[in-house]
Amino acid sequence: MTQTLAPTTSDQVRDAVAWAVESATPLTVQGHGSKRALGRPTNTTATLDLSGLSGIVEYLPAELILTARAGTPLAEIQAALAAQNQQMAFEPPDLTALLGEPAGRGTVGGLVASNLAGPRRIAVGAVRDHFLGCHAVGGRAEVFKAGGKVVKNVTGFDLCKLLAGSWGTLSVLTEVTLKVLPAPEDTRTVVVRGLSDCDAVKCLSAALQSSHEVVGAAHLPAALAGHAVAGAGEAVTLVRVEGPGPSVDWRAKALCSELAGFGPTAEMGRDDSLAAWAAVRDVRPLVEPADRPVWRLSVPPMSGPAVVESLRPHGTPTAFYDWGGGQVWLTLDGPTPAEAATLIRAAVAHCGGGHATLVRAPEDVRAAVPVFQPQDGALAALSRRLKETYDPARVFNPGRMAEGL
Amino acid sequence: MLMPPPDQGTIARRSEIVEALRRIVPGEGVIADEDELRAYDCDALTAYKQLPLVVVLPENTEQVSRILKWCHAKGVKIVPRGAGTSLSGGSLPLADAVTIGMGRFNRILDIDFENRCATVQPGVTNLAITTAVAHAGFYYAPDPSSQIACSIGGNVAENAGGVHCLKYGLTTNNLLGVEMVLPDGEIVRLGGKHLDAGGYDLLGVVTGSEGMLGIVTEVTVRILKKPETAKAVLMGFPTSEAGGDCVAAIIGAGIIPAGLEMMDRPAIHAAEDFVHAGYPLDVEALLICELDGPAAEVEHLISRVEAIARDHGASELRVSTSDEERMRFWAGRKAAFPAVGRISPDYLCMDGTIPRRALPQVLARMQEMAQTHALRVANVFHAGDGNLHPLILFDANKPTELERAEAFGADILRLCVEVGGVLTGEHGVGVEKRDLMPVMFGEDDIKQQQRIKCAFDPEQLLNPGKVYPTLHRCAELGRLHVTGGRLPFPDIPRF
Repeated sequence: MTQTLAPTTSDQVRDAVAWAVESATPLTVQGHGSKRALGRPTNTTATLDLSGLSGIVEYLPAELILTARAGTPLAEIQAALAAQNQQMAFEPPDLTALLGEPAGRGTVGGLVASNLAGPRRIAVGAVRDHFLGCHAVGGRAEVFKAGGKVVKNVTGFDLCKLLAGSWGTLSVLTEVTLKVLPAPEDTRTVVVRGLSDCDAVKCLSAALQSSHEVVGAAHLPAALAGHAVAGAGEAVTLVRVEGPGPSVDWRAKALCSELAGFGPTAEMGRDDSLAAWAAVRDVRPLVEPADRPVWRLSVPPMSGPAVVESLRPHGTPTAFYDWGGGQVWLTLDGPTPAEAATLIRAAVAHCGGGHATLVRAPEDVRAAVPVFQPQDGALAALSRRLKETYDPARVFNPGRMAEGL
Repeated sequence: MLMPPPDQGTIARRSEIVEALRRIVPGEGVIADEDELRAYDCDALTAYKQLPLVVVLPENTEQVSRILKWCHAKGVKIVPRGAGTSLSGGSLPLADAVTIGMGRFNRILDIDFENRCATVQPGVTNLAITTAVAHAGFYYAPDPSSQIACSIGGNVAENAGGVHCLKYGLTTNNLLGVEMVLPDGEIVRLGGKHLDAGGYDLLGVVTGSEGMLGIVTEVTVRILKKPETAKAVLMGFPTSEAGGDCVAAIIGAGIIPAGLEMMDRPAIHAAEDFVHAGYPLDVEALLICELDGPAAEVEHLISRVEAIARDHGASELRVSTSDEERMRFWAGRKAAFPAVGRISPDYLCMDGTIPRRALPQVLARMQEMAQTHALRVANVFHAGDGNLHPLILFDANKPTELERAEAFGADILRLCVEVGGVLTGEHGVGVEKRDLMPVMFGEDDIKQQQRIKCAFDPEQLLNPGKVYPTLHRCAELGRLHVTGGRLPFPDIPRF
């Protein structure tokens, strides 16, 4: 019988972990469970539900830091930040629609554990770049802290980097401190229409090589463009700028003229711009049909279209691009999921390297196909040694990232 | 400061070790002569010196791998070294360890403007990366003061910062990938030209690991287009509180400057005497705020910063009208260390970070400590991110002054932690702050960090004696020992 432990204090988390270790009970470690469908299925008999460990502990806008308990809803944090005109600059994606979960769910602990970041990643970094410190419980039920509560710190090994993106497989986060930043006063998007994937990525590269401080660079082919830009009947290439009003006006105009050589350009105002980037951020173009496996590829930006193109002989890829071409969201109709995994990962390796994650797929597929990029040789051994030393009893989300991790 | 006792057995095998290294690196690449070894007896933390057992200067990754493999098999310790500019003693040699100097890895391998990155060997200097891409209007953002000399490999090891990190981040935020050799000689690649890791973020773990996890043999960094324009505002304040409040107000107004630096009265006077930057001498705090970006934005923000400064009682307020004037504003700040070097035979440069709101309190306490230790202190401060650089003035030729300066420095760092800050913002722990680690971290916190060491270097052969006062044996750390009782605990909600 599965049971759920719902601690509301850090001490209770420690006690729960102590029990799990002593009774050899593997735990599903989760906040709201909004990303439970992402990852290799775990075979656990108990759930450690951290959603009751909630609340902002300290928010100091002038120090640019916010500390919250791991189970604090993201929505609560975003509301507190918005009230001070600040934000999590890495633009956390909301994957609930893609993953078939109730809208608006997700905790700050889950955000850190998954290291997901939105379109602004190319300019300001991911969660890992804003994750300053934490309190956590380790695999021997020891309570520890890592990092600090200031924005600049190199004291000791950067344990926070290891925990960000470890999907709850190494320790249980109980409290996290994030660097927060001012929200931009205004935003504009320059749209270039009708480009092929290949030309679009060249256009995005030109925009990113300009001095206009571009903070969003995406491309949606004709079939998907309507999800981001209402009524778009052709491909749209999106270039975003943010900042004080006069600055975004000037830069958007400059980009419109500088990118005109690629295709017809136009400016999108604030509201349309916000809507378009929310769609890109939350992967809305690939939400339907819900039964199609969705891949996320991270590759050198100029390689994005080549990866997709090289899959065409083997099936029908449907893809859009973020991060200037470096993040590809992809479905591949035709091959079986296992074949698709092999084809996609071979294409990534062939086109300059990177990694591919199976972000959405039915449970049986995720059990059979490696969800995260498989590692080989020395790196796989290193990852196993890290798991062994941080979670020797294999009680934290065992197997979620890969067999043995 | 005590280093681990040297292993006499290793020292006795010196000629065997030298011979083995010469088989791997032929020619001039192995230095065993005592006079020549002197050049390697310290880094930029010159208070501590130690002759290395032997120095080897490999030229390629395969040689690094073979050296590490051989040392691993024979149980010989290794100290990696870049340009030797560490201010925390990160590459201080050991009497029983091979120092591996990476200076011959000095080539730029690939510049890729379309993907906005550059791949270089680790011995390339920080500034040389910017120089190599400047013709196309690009640069590499992190800019430690030693950028003309320090190597990018050392920057990775120390997670180096600079005056522009508030807006552009530290090394870790600008690094895309490395090739590195693990302590057993295995060659691995972490990251590349793409973003983020497909599994655990090992690149993030390696950055700032102070040469204790592996030796980096190739580095890929992101490069940025130079901002269209930059302007600076020079502001003087009658009190450090007013200066600190002004910094908070600028950030509070949603402005993230490219650089936001503060100097206290002793630092202002030393710098002005040295470079005649035109600093006001009748103020307690001087702020330099630089804004960069599109011209339209910079003009807009400069006027807002001016207004904020006026509201906070700035007694001096100047906006740069040319790039020459902007550089002159910076000249004094950038020369602050040598300027202090002119007024004192020796100085110690400290590096703590504090929450900015604690600045007035910290400056006041520091002056009290200066009296207690009977030494002077000047402060330069990366005010935007709270990173303090107190410069403690002393004369090493006077008895007890070095010891007093070190004690004063330790007191300052303890104070940084006490007010909610950290021991080091950008210089690293090295040997300098090693023994203060327990001030910031408890035993269990430190053990969690050392688990990383055990995963990478279970024999603990790489750069021993750095960062951690005592390295727990990996076998001891590996034990599964649970503290705590048994469930069911009545007070945990279960359903």
